[in-house]
Amino acid sequence: MNSLRRRSRALWAGLTLLLILLLAACYPDNPQSTFGVSGPVAQSQLNLFFWIFWAAVFVFVVVGGILMYISIQYRRRPGDADPEQIHGNTPLEIGWTIAPALVLVVIAVPTVLTVFDNLNSPDPDALTIDVVGHQWWFEFKYPHPDGESMVVTANELHVPVGEVVNVNLDSKDVLHSFWIPKIAGKVDLVPGNKNFMWIQADEAGEYLGQCAEFCGEAHALMKFRVVAEPREDFDAWLAGEAAAAEEPVDPLAQQGKALFEGSKAQCWSCHAVTGSDKSRGQTGPNLTHVWSRSHIAAGVIENNQENLRQWLEDPQSIKQGTIMYRDAKIYTDPENKLTDADVAALVAYLQTLD
Amino acid sequence: MTTLAIPIPRRPVHPTGVWGWVTTIDHKRIGILYGVTAFIMFITGGIEALYMRVQLARPEQDLVSPEVFNQLFTMHATTMIFLAIMPMGAAFFNYVIPLQIGARDVAFPRLNAFSYWTFLGGALILKLSWFLGGAPNAGWFGYAPITGIQYNPGHGIDFWIMSLQVLGIASLAAAFNFIVTIINMRAPGMSLMRMPLFTWMTLVTSFLLVLAFPVITVALIELMFDRFFGMNFFVPAKGANPLLWQHLFWIFGHPEVYILILPAMGIISEVIPTFSRKPLFGYPVVVLSGVVIGFMGWMVWSHHMFTVGLGPVANSVFALTTMAIAVPTGVKIFNWMGTMWKGSIEFNTSMLFALGFIWLFIIGGLSGVMHSSAASDAQQQDTYFIVAHIHYVLFGGSIMALLCGVYYWFPKITGRMMNETLGKINFWLVFISMNITFFPMHFIGLDGMPRRIYTYDPDMGWNMWNMVATVGSFALAFSILVFIINAVQSARKGEKASGDPWDGRTLEWSIPSPPPEYNFAQIPTVHGIDAHWIQKREGVPAVPVAGGSDDDGHDIHLPQPSYWPFLASLGLFVGGYGLIYFQSWIGIAFASAGAMLTMISVYAWSFEPVNDPEEEH
Repeated sequence: MNSLRRRSRALWAGLTLLLILLLAACYPDNPQSTFGVSGPVAQSQLNLFFWIFWAAVFVFVVVGGILMYISIQYRRRPGDADPEQIHGNTPLEIGWTIAPALVLVVIAVPTVLTVFDNLNSPDPDALTIDVVGHQWWFEFKYPHPDGESMVVTANELHVPVGEVVNVNLDSKDVLHSFWIPKIAGKVDLVPGNKNFMWIQADEAGEYLGQCAEFCGEAHALMKFRVVAEPREDFDAWLAGEAAAAEEPVDPLAQQGKALFEGSKAQCWSCHAVTGSDKSRGQTGPNLTHVWSRSHIAAGVIENNQENLRQWLEDPQSIKQGTIMYRDAKIYTDPENKLTDADVAALVAYLQTLD
Repeated sequence: MTTLAIPIPRRPVHPTGVWGWVTTIDHKRIGILYGVTAFIMFITGGIEALYMRVQLARPEQDLVSPEVFNQLFTMHATTMIFLAIMPMGAAFFNYVIPLQIGARDVAFPRLNAFSYWTFLGGALILKLSWFLGGAPNAGWFGYAPITGIQYNPGHGIDFWIMSLQVLGIASLAAAFNFIVTIINMRAPGMSLMRMPLFTWMTLVTSFLLVLAFPVITVALIELMFDRFFGMNFFVPAKGANPLLWQHLFWIFGHPEVYILILPAMGIISEVIPTFSRKPLFGYPVVVLSGVVIGFMGWMVWSHHMFTVGLGPVANSVFALTTMAIAVPTGVKIFNWMGTMWKGSIEFNTSMLFALGFIWLFIIGGLSGVMHSSAASDAQQQDTYFIVAHIHYVLFGGSIMALLCGVYYWFPKITGRMMNETLGKINFWLVFISMNITFFPMHFIGLDGMPRRIYTYDPDMGWNMWNMVATVGSFALAFSILVFIINAVQSARKGEKASGDPWDGRTLEWSIPSPPPEYNFAQIPTVHGIDAHWIQKREGVPAVPVAGGSDDDGHDIHLPQPSYWPFLASLGLFVGGYGLIYFQSWIGIAFASAGAMLTMISVYAWSFEPVNDPEEEH
């Protein structure tokens, strides 16, 4: 019996250690952790998770404990006769059918409540943003302050902190999923099916998001950032985004613009720059204020002169599979290949788009 | 047979060597073929997994390109589900079911051979894609529209479609065969409620197969038409709703999950009573819970789609049905524990695997309940948390149970015992390394690591646990190596096994190991659940019934070997390849040749004469 007690003490020590490890493994500081969240949606999902998690721990400890006890208590000993051939026990079996059902009711009720809360916006009149998925970047559209057109940007979502933001979701090509772990669980971007979610960030700051539905070759590199900022900063940012691009004054940048809108580089056929008569492409990200974004290539690398140059020179080395590399003449046709001077001019032009 | 236009050659008489295996229709040999093939496929799927684990061991590695990584995870999952776990289950169905129900073979022995060879053909179509221009790359679920010709112009998806279609034919044929076998060929006295649990779960699984596969077949035909003939079932630009594919896939896919786990539960329900020396606790409830799981498996498919935007009502309903399925599953676990209660538990390797199954399945089941909560699942869907869950139920569940079954029935199949020392080392290695590999995936999933990404940023906090998982995966591979060594060595030099080495309870232990070709010299009469136990303990004599024989089995007429099942399958294999390349004349030629071969074989099969039994003596 002593050995049994020693074993059970070891078992409890092991379980405690496991639990400590479990809790230690939940790093709330990690940028995409679903712990240490901000905002009511992610918070309600985390509360639900913990509720179910502790119910699961309870079930595991009880069932595991009994299983461990049975395994030790009824191990075969030398000279054991056949045990009694018990075929069942109806009250017991009814009992262990009802017991799990009761545990499930305990988690079912908050689940249903949270499902409805998360999908029905508390404020349908709040700011509404359209999110459109593309292989492999996110497009964001805001209502223009003039109330008529849309402000289009990419890969960097700005939201006013502490406010409900409604999000319409759609995709231009394959399935994607819109996910900002610290703000809200994911909702998929399904081509042809408009989806909806609402988000709210309660603390100002930068949050990471990532496509969560497999979408092809560069799925791993389809990321975005959310910048939650006070209302006045947000309004200022939106006003800036809504403004047309300024004409470049630097000669190199002017040369870059000519190239951008010319027949050699043909950037205009896929990229839009508001204010330009020529650049109205819809296939690639809108570049009107690209220099104001902190990252390029859908959150993969920082936005600076050197990285822009590298991205233009060899996008494949930064993001394998990128459509620009696959389709743009400057990469597919040797005659259109950019020279170093061309790249420098384009980078200079892009740097004026802030 | 003078009325036949085509003379059909005689059946092979006592073929030996390779021809013996090609023409065999003996359920035991077919079972071995299934088992060995599935195990080889399991190893190939494991190698694919190891590639991925090395790629993900550290951030920003480039062992494989993103395109190859996508092919790896597609092939790993498709292989493990369709080419490893399902056929390993089929191996046990084949070998064990006729023995458990006191039959001499399955109902349709040639159809059984056809199922195996067709399965092999489908498996080859899939695996050879690595060498024919690239494997499928859209995930085992193949969500539209990325499988469309616009996004996936190569042949990878075509290999995947054709392989699954051919495998579907094999599965359907086998499922019908086992339904008829189990319903019609039971020994006298074996009523349905006296059938061994493994037989019961095979019956439920076979019904699931028959009902589920047509759904995926239809979906695959639609996808094939999209890709081959420019139709628009799944093309959003033409107004299609890509969610149609998801619904069709998961209406098949969720029952498929139970196709993978119910046979495992059947094996566990045999092993635990045997090594506890007690009858299964609450037999009717365990049977019923298996049937209920099979039935409810049809009502939960949209829990794979909680984030696609079905709305709060649909999400709530499917959350509730999914939670409800935990009840019959829990009941099974409690009944297994009830079986061990007051038993006399022998901890040999097979029993250790059975207990390992229960522990790991509890963890996998509980994480399953976690994502049944639709709102909470929005944070878990498509992350490594789900990867952890499926590996706890499919590796911790299905594979552990299949290994348990191998250790349990190995003496029956080979006539030799497996080495217990190596077996126990094997068990502990599998159990520990399995947890090292898959448990950390819970952490990185909750820390926001999506599935199916070939690389990650070093600042995400995922580095350490990814490395741990990779180390674990190699330990797991090593533990499988220990299993192979044990199996090969024991098959050659293991201690001779008696007919009943475990003091077994069911009929397969009443005959010699390995069983003679005719299985039962005399068809037994069954007097209750655990027929063999009753025979042994209560001394109820096995009364011979019609079709009996003297003990050497000389008068028993067995079905004879045949070439046609193999040739009919070969036709499907060749024709399948032809269809993939149908745009070229060679492809059309292959497709026609394959179709002809299958048709001729089926015709010849139907009118195949029976050799004069007298000539055999």
